[in-house]
Amino acid sequence: MFAVEVDNLRKEFFRRDATRTHGRKRRKRVAALEDVTFTMERGECVAILGQNGSGKSTLVRLLSTLLLPDAGSARIFGHDVVKESRAVQRLVNRVSVEASFFKKMSSEENLAYAARFYGIPPSATKKSIPEILERVGFPISRRHEAMENLSRGMQQKVALARALLTSPVLLLLDEPTTGLDPRSKLEVQEFIRDVWTTHDATILLCTHDLREAEVLADRVGILDRGKLIALDPTEALKEQFGAETLEDAFFAATGRTFEDEKDEDAERGVFA
Amino acid sequence: MRGSAATLRHEFIGLYGMVERNWYLIKRYAWWEIAFFFWTAANTLTIVFIAKGVVAEGGSIDVNRLTTILLIGAVMWSYLGIVFELLIETVAWERWEGTIEYTFMAPLTRATHLLGTGIFAIGYGIVRASIVFAAIAAFFGLHMPHANFLTAVVLIAVASVSFVGIGMMTAVLPLISPEKGTQFGYVAQGLMLVVSGVYYPVSVLPEFMQWLAKISPATYALRGERSAIIDGASVSSVWGDIWPMAIIGVISVPLGIWVFRRGELHAKKHGKLKRSG
Repeated sequence: MFAVEVDNLRKEFFRRDATRTHGRKRRKRVAALEDVTFTMERGECVAILGQNGSGKSTLVRLLSTLLLPDAGSARIFGHDVVKESRAVQRLVNRVSVEASFFKKMSSEENLAYAARFYGIPPSATKKSIPEILERVGFPISRRHEAMENLSRGMQQKVALARALLTSPVLLLLDEPTTGLDPRSKLEVQEFIRDVWTTHDATILLCTHDLREAEVLADRVGILDRGKLIALDPTEALKEQFGAETLEDAFFAATGRTFEDEKDEDAERGVFA
Repeated sequence: MRGSAATLRHEFIGLYGMVERNWYLIKRYAWWEIAFFFWTAANTLTIVFIAKGVVAEGGSIDVNRLTTILLIGAVMWSYLGIVFELLIETVAWERWEGTIEYTFMAPLTRATHLLGTGIFAIGYGIVRASIVFAAIAAFFGLHMPHANFLTAVVLIAVASVSFVGIGMMTAVLPLISPEKGTQFGYVAQGLMLVVSGVYYPVSVLPEFMQWLAKISPATYALRGERSAIIDGASVSSVWGDIWPMAIIGVISVPLGIWVFRRGELHAKKHGKLKRSG
């Protein structure tokens, strides 16, 4: 059984156009994901590379039951993300680019209530929260401080702790190091590697950090304008596109560089 | 059997989590709560003083009775406000903080999610409304020699179930419309009280509003509470107000959960669970 099995997955969104017809703004269909197909083995770490608006976050949201697909299917350890969403939710957790916490509440309070949603009682979190915070490199003496007083790097560590507290077998990481200073970025990457090697976790890492993808993942996928155009180990990707670096391979596959964003991407970025 | 016991335990822990989270928020926003409390008390005073104002303008009324009628109306308005606000903010606040996706991707039934918020709202609302009621009654030196507080508690308990059910239906609005949903929720709360005779008998309303009053649980709650506190009515004598509220509650809670679930599916289809603000 595959850990993740995605088959012809498609998601479209409506976008209001500035032009009006009969006084009403026109709506335009934009495909955020187009017939994406791939599988992941248990214990594998796959990185998906793509620019803003490429569909990375839409893919993560579909796998975490936050969106309903328009076509195709996705299964997590054999469970369909639409028909068996509760079973999928028990297996999955996610870290996104924004730490997303109640800012006035402390890290301990944020972790405590989130754990309850996964059926973890206060007797268990009393011990496990300080332990897990320590493991992610968070100074536990600050666990009673409001989140708004913590640095972005610290908040992201708490986000990792929140995800790990529920012992997910599939960890969805959506640009977990974007916006972090170099030191925090390295710490978070180290921790991801540690979780991957010491836990029985399968990791899907969506990033636009080429080095992060190269260092952490078994296989690297390239998602461009909603289409998954390649998914192979880094060396195979380089060979496939006759490139020396992953960046060159990305350029050869998509016909553009990472910095090169077009109007179309900005428009798609609203959704993806 | 073992599986269903584990599921039930999981849901109870989740329900506790919702109550726990709201308690943390109240604690962390303590100054907001104090400010809102004084605002509610001041607002209640402005309404309750109307009774004295009528006498000052030459009217001949039983000031103690009218003051109590107005006080019950104002306190009920603030109680309903708390219940509706907490339920509507279930979505709106979470979207603002960015936690909404984490709550909706957790293995928690929507019934547990909404009932947890509803239970906290009832408990918190009753405590705050009782303090306002006691403080204003003391301020005016109101005499309530016949008051039957047991009946009053039974009435508010039954009314709360239907308030939570209707609140769940309004909580779906910010899910469907992130920009305007919360405001529409407050419109629903206001309309419910207007037709329910918050400061006046329902009989003074136009006929179509009187018809709407029949399906509003607040109508029965207000009438029953006034009978209990002013006239000392027993539970059996306000049965005519209890059973309609019980029926509305039995219908509105499952309907509220169903409506919210529909709204959730709509939001998941159109990508409206994302953070905003």
